[in-house]
Amino acid sequence: MIFARALRHSLRYALETNDRVILLGEDIADPYGGAFKITQGLSTDFPERVRTTPISEAAITGIASGLALAGYRPIVEIMFGDFLGLCFDQIINHISKYEAMYNGGVTCPVIIRSPSGGGRGYGPTHSQSLEKHFIGIPHLRTVAASLYHDTRQVFDALLKQTSPVLYVEHKLLYPLHVFDRDDKRLGIATVNYVGSPGEMPTLSIDLVPREQSVATVVAYGYQAEVARRVIERLALESELFAELLVPAQIAPLDWKPIEESVAATGALVVVEEGTARWSWGSEIAAEIGSRLFGSLRHPITLVSSRADVIPSSRELEAEVLISEDRIEQALRAVAR
Amino acid sequence: MEDNVLRKQPARMPTEVLHEVDTSSHTPTFSQERSIASIRQPDERLVGDVGEPLNERLYRRMRFIRGFEEEILALFDSGLLNGTTHACIGQEADAVGVVEHLRPTDHVFSNHRCHGHFLARTGDAFGLLSEILGKPSGVCGGIGGSQHISAPGFKSNGILGGTVPAAAGIALANQLAGGDDLSVVFVGDGMLGEGIVYETLNIASLWHLPLLVVVENNGWAQSTPSSLHLAGAISSRFAAFGIAVDEVDTTDVLVIRKLAGEITERQRQQGGPAALVIHTYRLCHHSRNDDNRPRDEVLQRWKLDPLRVHGERLTDARRDHIDLEVDSALRDLVAQGLRP
Repeated sequence: MIFARALRHSLRYALETNDRVILLGEDIADPYGGAFKITQGLSTDFPERVRTTPISEAAITGIASGLALAGYRPIVEIMFGDFLGLCFDQIINHISKYEAMYNGGVTCPVIIRSPSGGGRGYGPTHSQSLEKHFIGIPHLRTVAASLYHDTRQVFDALLKQTSPVLYVEHKLLYPLHVFDRDDKRLGIATVNYVGSPGEMPTLSIDLVPREQSVATVVAYGYQAEVARRVIERLALESELFAELLVPAQIAPLDWKPIEESVAATGALVVVEEGTARWSWGSEIAAEIGSRLFGSLRHPITLVSSRADVIPSSRELEAEVLISEDRIEQALRAVAR
Repeated sequence: MEDNVLRKQPARMPTEVLHEVDTSSHTPTFSQERSIASIRQPDERLVGDVGEPLNERLYRRMRFIRGFEEEILALFDSGLLNGTTHACIGQEADAVGVVEHLRPTDHVFSNHRCHGHFLARTGDAFGLLSEILGKPSGVCGGIGGSQHISAPGFKSNGILGGTVPAAAGIALANQLAGGDDLSVVFVGDGMLGEGIVYETLNIASLWHLPLLVVVENNGWAQSTPSSLHLAGAISSRFAAFGIAVDEVDTTDVLVIRKLAGEITERQRQQGGPAALVIHTYRLCHHSRNDDNRPRDEVLQRWKLDPLRVHGERLTDARRDHIDLEVDSALRDLVAQGLRP
């Protein structure tokens, strides 16, 4: 099953099993069914609870907060992650504040879904991965879609807890097939859950025992799949092995599986599509560098997109965005 | 409309049920909202006793808010309070006149100038004073402070305009629940500069949400007069979205109470959003010691002090009696609040 379909099924399942779930978003109603067709069919079956809205990202995010304060479980679709800027105040000064600033008197469990990322030539304002600007917000969970985490389980878990959530979906994931959980192998790799109990899952994808790996690679979303392909190819072509860790929740992060893996491999490469500097990777480097100071074989390597505008032109876009080549270079450098 | 909404209440009641209502037909919407441990009986010297005549009760409640704000300002001046505060002196009639018509299952969202709305809604003077004093006994444990307070059926936040969509979301929840509960949001003229207000009005009208927007136009956005920050008429903003708007230029609590009663009654019967624009005046500074308004203008407006306007309806003896009771209750309150 492709990811777009898995996500649609998960949302349908949420609507079917929880009558407090409400979907809000621009153009999400049938027959259009959302800019990326994720909500197709849902407004037909749940007309009161799947609502298409005006082009008002800030207001619909705020309305979701009111619904959540009143006991509903709103899921907002922000059509492009780039538009999250319009919701920023609602997220930072309202949704993520309520529970803490009212001393636990209320909860505000809003889930904001947001198709993000580049690679489709949509240009500077429709291609970004802006989650780096949200992952530092206290009391907000940022969760990234991937091909390996069971989407329905993730939504189940998110709908059971009460923190607000930013759920980023890389657009290039939509047409890709999701990992079949019954098959413990992915290509030539083995997949294992390595997260801490009670935390959102982190998956380990490796080809050899971690002690034989030259590095731990941490990645999320679509870039996790890109990194997996690179790791698989390097294993086949050069017998260079790395363990890939894919956390479902990218902030706050479950540090334990990363620390344990890096303690064994001695090297860490962090891969993200967001712009370089002041990033997810910087924070992981600071934390793991501090925890494992002295036991690293190689400086922690961050692989990310250039801190620049994302051009529309295919060639220029490829120069700015992170690529398989750059991940490969980083891994070869660590292996030397 | 029953003249005295408190009449049928038992003598002692939790703050949640300050106002008469038959809740049997209402599903409580705030299932997520934990009841706050610090809910206290409101002091009847502050909120009025069962059976108190309407005019006396309205005067008492405005006098309560005024006295509370004055105590807070005095505590600031004596260095006992941390942070800042925004008093609503001069605007008490808005809070009292509107909140009179609300039920426990309705919801109020307020702003930085929220003490009056909160006290009219809950009567929990000790919880608010403790909050402003930064104590664990405060309604938000001292985390929220003066402008971020919460109680069942009430919330405030210090980001202007950002509260309006949240109030609309609560109105949507009420609509989905199928009852006739209302969501009320108090805004000021200054908030009309925020775009999210208009995004929300558009949706509230499209979706026929039971949202009441009360605009307290005090003519000044912090230090900036309307002439420098507000183009066009306030009522036109609502009319443009097809939202019924009533407008009144008064500090008379009876006028506000009557109009608010008509609006809320209409909303409960017909659903849909409404706006009540009250042209009023802030008799105090914006927050603390920051008033550059023309002195004559402020002095002229003291003639329309809502306590004076409504107080004239009471006999001197009754008014003095209420003043005495409120003052003594507030003295006790402050003494209790300052206790370590």
